[in-house]
Amino acid sequence: MEQTPPDPERPLQPAPLEPLGGPGAVLEAAVGEETQGTREDSSGVETMTGNNFWLKKIEISVSEAEKRTGRNAMNMQETYTAYLIETRSVGHADGQSVLTDSLWRRYSEFELLRNYLLVYYPHIVVPPLPEKRAEFVWHKLSADNMDPDFVERRRIGLENFLLRVASHPVLCRDKIFYLFLTQEGNWKETVNETGFQLKADSRLKALNATFRVKNPDKRFTELKHYSDELQSVISHLLRVRARVADRLYGVYKVHGNYGRVFSEWSAIEKEMGDGLQSAGHHMDVYASSIDDILEDEEHYADQLKEYLFYAEALRAVCRKHELMQYDLETAAQDLASKKQQCEELATGTVRTFSLKGMTTKLFGQEAPEQREARVKVLEEQIGEGEQQLKSKNLESREFVKNAWADIERFKEQKNRDLKEALISYAVMQISMCKKHFGGRSRQVSVSLKPVWSVWEFKFGPMLRSALARCNPGK
Amino acid sequence: MDGERLASGSSELAVGESPRGGAPIPGGSGSCSLLQADVLDLDEDEDDLEVFSKDASLMDMNSFSPMMPTSPLSMINQVKFEDEPDLKDLFITVDAPESHVTTIETFITYRIITKVNAEGPFPLPEKFIVKGMVERFNDDFIETRRKALHKFLNRIADHPTLTFNEDFKVFLTAQASELSSYKKQGPGLLSRMGQTVRAVASSMRGVRNRPDEFTEMNNFIETFSQKINLIDKISQRIYKEERDYLDEMKEYGPIHTVWSASEEDLVDTLKGIANCIEQCCKATEKRMSGLSEVLLPVVHEYVLYSEMLMGVMKRRDQIQTELDSKVEALTYKKADADLLTEEIGKLEDKVECANNALKADWERWKQNMQNDLKSAFTDTAEENIRYYEQCLATWESFLTSQTDLPLEEDSEDKI
Repeated sequence: MEQTPPDPERPLQPAPLEPLGGPGAVLEAAVGEETQGTREDSSGVETMTGNNFWLKKIEISVSEAEKRTGRNAMNMQETYTAYLIETRSVGHADGQSVLTDSLWRRYSEFELLRNYLLVYYPHIVVPPLPEKRAEFVWHKLSADNMDPDFVERRRIGLENFLLRVASHPVLCRDKIFYLFLTQEGNWKETVNETGFQLKADSRLKALNATFRVKNPDKRFTELKHYSDELQSVISHLLRVRARVADRLYGVYKVHGNYGRVFSEWSAIEKEMGDGLQSAGHHMDVYASSIDDILEDEEHYADQLKEYLFYAEALRAVCRKHELMQYDLETAAQDLASKKQQCEELATGTVRTFSLKGMTTKLFGQEAPEQREARVKVLEEQIGEGEQQLKSKNLESREFVKNAWADIERFKEQKNRDLKEALISYAVMQISMCKKHFGGRSRQVSVSLKPVWSVWEFKFGPMLRSALARCNPGK
Repeated sequence: MDGERLASGSSELAVGESPRGGAPIPGGSGSCSLLQADVLDLDEDEDDLEVFSKDASLMDMNSFSPMMPTSPLSMINQVKFEDEPDLKDLFITVDAPESHVTTIETFITYRIITKVNAEGPFPLPEKFIVKGMVERFNDDFIETRRKALHKFLNRIADHPTLTFNEDFKVFLTAQASELSSYKKQGPGLLSRMGQTVRAVASSMRGVRNRPDEFTEMNNFIETFSQKINLIDKISQRIYKEERDYLDEMKEYGPIHTVWSASEEDLVDTLKGIANCIEQCCKATEKRMSGLSEVLLPVVHEYVLYSEMLMGVMKRRDQIQTELDSKVEALTYKKADADLLTEEIGKLEDKVECANNALKADWERWKQNMQNDLKSAFTDTAEENIRYYEQCLATWESFLTSQTDLPLEEDSEDKI
């Protein structure tokens, strides 16, 4: 099938990735050679020559989400959300983009794509999808998959996924990925025709290998530990952050109650009336400010979540290594034992236990011709085995080399992204603090009553000068 | 609770009369009441924390027991108008704070010395139980409370009408045992103060000749009372929410440090964030203590004060009604004209006295209220500003250390 051979050496123009951008975030994936025709003719895909599918730079966006109803595999009514994927080609000359493809996909199709990539690129740390179900929710967030906020965040996550794949030096060249973006109908059949599900390693086999492998590359063992730690610490962080958000929400919203009370109180006060009104208003503003603040923070949480899921992708690569290594070890062991058998047969010494040896002892020696026949068979097998071992060895080494190259790439990406996310968290905190300072200068004129003028500047640095200006009347 | 409760040492004076009726009480009699200071929860079963209350039979129209779950200095306002208006020399001192720690709770007792013209001082250490919000009884707090109590009691003593309050006298002089029985004479009235007040007030609507200014006062104090109670609740809720927030933040910060152990390239960033969060926690703690030491006590004081005032007004109205009904009686029944006339004469004096006292008090009280509340809210606002300033500084310095970009300039008009 179309597994494009890994080619880490290929120079690729840098694609500055903006993970989790807003709607319409774009990525320019620069691709090299031309192909024939544009996408109108989807059959043009079949006449693909090179490894690259796009004419020029492309932009991908998941621009819309829509609720749909349809019939599922069991012919039952179901509601699901479909996402509109738009691909644009960017002309060099004028920088204008032209819509080249636009189609609708649902979440399960994204999953199918990813599973396919996992099978065909086991040495690659495959970008994760946004979560299937809402987790780490705090009370205001809904855990419902149909909730518009959840759908919106998922839309952004799916776009981010596509951008990650499109900017990956290896994955971007995959044909099935190309078809995912360009061929709406029949895509599922095409993927399934690759038979990738059959090629997938069984979980059981993988588990077995993990336990019984003797000499895995130390770097992968370390990587596995790292990914466990990463997963554990980010989960913890996200859990507590959700609780913090909950509490902060409570603090702000309770302040909102002041608003109503002050306003009612102002009705009975003559001198203080205006001041109280103003104070009440500010309380309301304060209380409602938390919604935006926490929405931004949700965005931050999503960035961390991506790396939480990346931990699993890392583990998948480690598992593949363990499988291959185990396979190699088993083959080597097999070969060694065959060689030994052969030797024993040839020299007549029996050092190892074998059924043949036992029966020989019990029933007498076999004829020399028989023995020779067996030796010959064994020698053949040994020969094959040696070939196999050689190629397995090569495969394994290739795998390790390529995987490690991608892991290094991933590490750099991770460090960049996480640092950026953490800094953006600091920026968010700063803007939240500043929000509560904000110039309330226009409020000065509203109430000059000495008694309550303070409230106008409740969070303002002008408070002190205001207090000095107004008669502190005590 | 152990026997430290009340020291003996006062001469026992019987509570002279049944609480109903208007027979004179010789000056200086009294008993003690326990003050409750249960700020967050009310547990009715706990003897010490029961809000002082009386049963319906003892209750006059104008008395009510505010069963607010949070009333450290609550008192029943059963104002009996006595015929001895010269009981003005009542001097009260609150001192000698002592802190008592038991397994159940920690409380502070204060000694209240009452000097009256007729009798000598009765130094009785009184218990003032503070529970809930304040976890540390630092000296400032104890001193603040002492001053507050002192102020409070003297305000009552100064108040021309309130000094005659039966319960006030009970408070000042009774022994613990007397007090418990006095208390237990009434079941707790669990209605919200607003309801009680309205119920009482509606029965008083019949006052025909209530001068306008008193109606105005009455309306004001009713609304104010409602509002200040709400503010009290809101403020306490805010405190609670902030504390919960602080607890979570304390767990949140260190996770970043743990993470930094597995990320060699992100150590500085992660540790920096952990540090910022820790600094913000400290700032939050400061803000919270400001709240609990300044705003909450003041608001609460005015909750109680307004309750008292409402009682005073009810009492005034009652006297007025008495007067009116007697006048009416006089008009219709010629019998006992002399007695009635004499009584009316006395009542008229009382009404005038009460009215004048109230009028004099009113403006003064309003001014105090405005000033006190203003300064409490001002201080809170200052605290909040400091909090945000501190947090901002922390995060900004972290940001500069991480990037080499200069920070944006603040524009005053930016929100």
